[in-house]
Amino acid sequence: MSTASSADQYYVPHGTHWPIIGSIGLTTTVVGFARYLHGAELTMTFLGLAIVIFMMYGWFGQVVNESMSGLYSKQVDMSFRWGMGWFIFSEVMFFAAFFGALFYARAFSIPWLDGASNNAATAEYLWPNFEAAWPLLAVPLAEKYEVAKQAMGAWGLPAINTAILLTSGLTVTLAHHALKRQDRDWLVYWLAATVALGFLFVGLQAWEYSHAYDDLNLRMDSGIYGSTFYMLTGFHGFHVTMGATMLLIITIRAMKGHFTPENHFAFEAVAWYWHFVDVVWLGLFIFVYWI
Amino acid sequence: MTTATTHDDAHDDHGPAKGLMRWVTTTNHKDIGTLYLWLAFIMLLTGGSMAMVIRAELFQPGLQFVKPEFFNQMTTMHGLIMVFGAIMPAFVGLANWLIPMQIGAPDMALPRMNNWSFWILPFAFTMLASTLLMEGGAPAFGWTFYAPLSTTFAPDSTDYFIFAVHLMGISSVMGAINVIATILNMRAPGMTLMKMPLFVWTWLITAYLLIAVMPVLAGAVTMMLTDRHFDTSFFDAAGGGDPVMFQHIFWFFGHPEVYIMILPAFGIISAIVPTFARKPLFGYSSMVYASASIAILSFMVWAHHMFTTGMPVAGELYFMYATILISVPTGVKVFNWVSTMWKGSMTFETPMLWALGFIVMFTIGGFSGLMLGVAPVDTQYHDTYFVVAHFHYVLVTGALYSIIAAFYYWVPKWTGNMYSETHGKIHFWWSTISVNVLFFPQHFVGLAGMPRRIPDYSLQFAEFNAISSIGGFAFGLAQVYFLYIIIKTIKGGEKATDKVWEGATGLEFEALPSPAPYHSFDTAPEIK
Repeated sequence: MSTASSADQYYVPHGTHWPIIGSIGLTTTVVGFARYLHGAELTMTFLGLAIVIFMMYGWFGQVVNESMSGLYSKQVDMSFRWGMGWFIFSEVMFFAAFFGALFYARAFSIPWLDGASNNAATAEYLWPNFEAAWPLLAVPLAEKYEVAKQAMGAWGLPAINTAILLTSGLTVTLAHHALKRQDRDWLVYWLAATVALGFLFVGLQAWEYSHAYDDLNLRMDSGIYGSTFYMLTGFHGFHVTMGATMLLIITIRAMKGHFTPENHFAFEAVAWYWHFVDVVWLGLFIFVYWI
Repeated sequence: MTTATTHDDAHDDHGPAKGLMRWVTTTNHKDIGTLYLWLAFIMLLTGGSMAMVIRAELFQPGLQFVKPEFFNQMTTMHGLIMVFGAIMPAFVGLANWLIPMQIGAPDMALPRMNNWSFWILPFAFTMLASTLLMEGGAPAFGWTFYAPLSTTFAPDSTDYFIFAVHLMGISSVMGAINVIATILNMRAPGMTLMKMPLFVWTWLITAYLLIAVMPVLAGAVTMMLTDRHFDTSFFDAAGGGDPVMFQHIFWFFGHPEVYIMILPAFGIISAIVPTFARKPLFGYSSMVYASASIAILSFMVWAHHMFTTGMPVAGELYFMYATILISVPTGVKVFNWVSTMWKGSMTFETPMLWALGFIVMFTIGGFSGLMLGVAPVDTQYHDTYFVVAHFHYVLVTGALYSIIAAFYYWVPKWTGNMYSETHGKIHFWWSTISVNVLFFPQHFVGLAGMPRRIPDYSLQFAEFNAISSIGGFAFGLAQVYFLYIIIKTIKGGEKATDKVWEGATGLEFEALPSPAPYHSFDTAPEIK
């Protein structure tokens, strides 16, 4: 029945053990973490993560080999494109939940706690001394949450980080142009620059966190300002780390001679992802740091 | 587009592998569909057993069998298991089986990921079920897990629930991505979008809803987790957050989720009714547009679940009118089904009976939904058994009925065997009579003021609750009978013809034999 691979055939793989390994890995990770939250060590979580990383290495490795051996037709390529595009949309919606929490707190819950809308009597009765503000540096129940001394400004490190990420969006595009004109050297250089900028961003975020903790006393438990700050920047920082790691893998593949001007979807997928974390950062910069 | 398919095994006989590992490692859309459907059935019986506990306790006023804490665990787990374990996986199983056959594709677009979408679920549900055995018991805050019940006052096992929801979300999103990629990229040449069967259309829209809202649910449980363990104050007013915010985020997921559980049902009914009325579907394109309208509206109505929680009056008015607006596209659908039957040469084989049961009883659930959508009267109905009656009419006699209808309609194509018409009809009438005995009296006790999620009740509700419980046990037993029918049909029976039904249309009936071969379309079929 099946003949050798050719450009107009849809490749349907048979039998794969990677998903079940992935499920075992994910379950081990989350069960380990739930146990950690109730006093156990993190050993099980790390074991689970190791299994997940092993699965990703094996699974992606297999896909790379299949791609290199020409098994994937244009139509398979298109399935990957739809898949990646909708995956990024799902990530957009994940961030939307946290942005939604930020907007809700700023537009509704904080003013309402101060008596806005029809809540004047309740506010007077429950939290007579509370005053609405953003960034919120005095929470309704001061005994429960130790608040930050000062808000995180926008024009120091965050502005520099914005410049870094925007530049990295440019460098990854330059890498793409180099790939399309078959200039392997510049492809690798620009990719390496993008990876470096990505990890520089993560490093500066870590530094900013230590500054926030030590100097500003801004913590996750500093009321809703600290909660939204760390949830949004932390989730974003995790995504940048993932994106930079993927870019690193793409760089290594580029050095090995993978990708042609016609066939380099893995590169494009990671570039899309990188632009996505870039755009999310702009939202963060504006709504978390700036206004 | 697709002209032929490559498989990675050169000496492949195009049959399934042998043994247990076939099911663990399979990338075949039919195998994975079967796995999903069996998981859904096991979950239906599990969640159903919990419903039996609930109905046994409510058979008489007073506390008879279980402690109130355990009763709360039962209502919570029953809801979670039925929504995430029974209804949703059953529809994904049907999507796996049917979409490639209906659009003339060799398989799903991303077969390995398809395997993973399924194989996360047994782990997630094992985790969820294991909470019943943990110290402090399973989550007991209702399937909606409102803060602060789920944050400040929840049992330790809640963290396992949270991670189970994360895993289910990963599975759903991957499954939905696969459905979209398959529909948009794998159609046979000539299968234009507006030629697609409605089941394909409704699943395309459902998949979009899933990708849009499952991550929001993941975000909600993530914030729950940090509120519980890292002292964030998303849902705590003392730190400037708001427990009401949880409800907004939850229902931003929860309302589209309702349509995730009913849109594929619309697709199934739109396949079955024309077959047994022997007329083409009335108003095909209006069905497509109505489905899309419902999906878009579903993002804009979430706070109608929260009329009594408290919101500005302008908000109540907006959410009320937007909600009532949904009855327009839904009405278009019911109108079209009825018009399809108008002057048709109708016969009433088992799938048609379930489809007609769906149309009548889903509409009853829709009408009680209209009542609940009106803010001033919802103030009376909220959190009463009227709400329970409403959503069980749309989910049991709606979603579940469509799934059972789909089983009877397509099982001859899947197995090559006809089910027994006698058994199928007994199953239908037994279920339909008992389900109405079960849920219809709940309207009355609800309107009379009986609150939901309470193990005990005032004496004046005793008769209707006893009647409801009797209906419940009968309905539960009917589904055990269904299990017998399923196994019997898989094992043998009268051989089905390739077309199965005289009036059947679509590639799966017109271009494939019964049972459908392991690989459907290695060469794309021609679309007329």
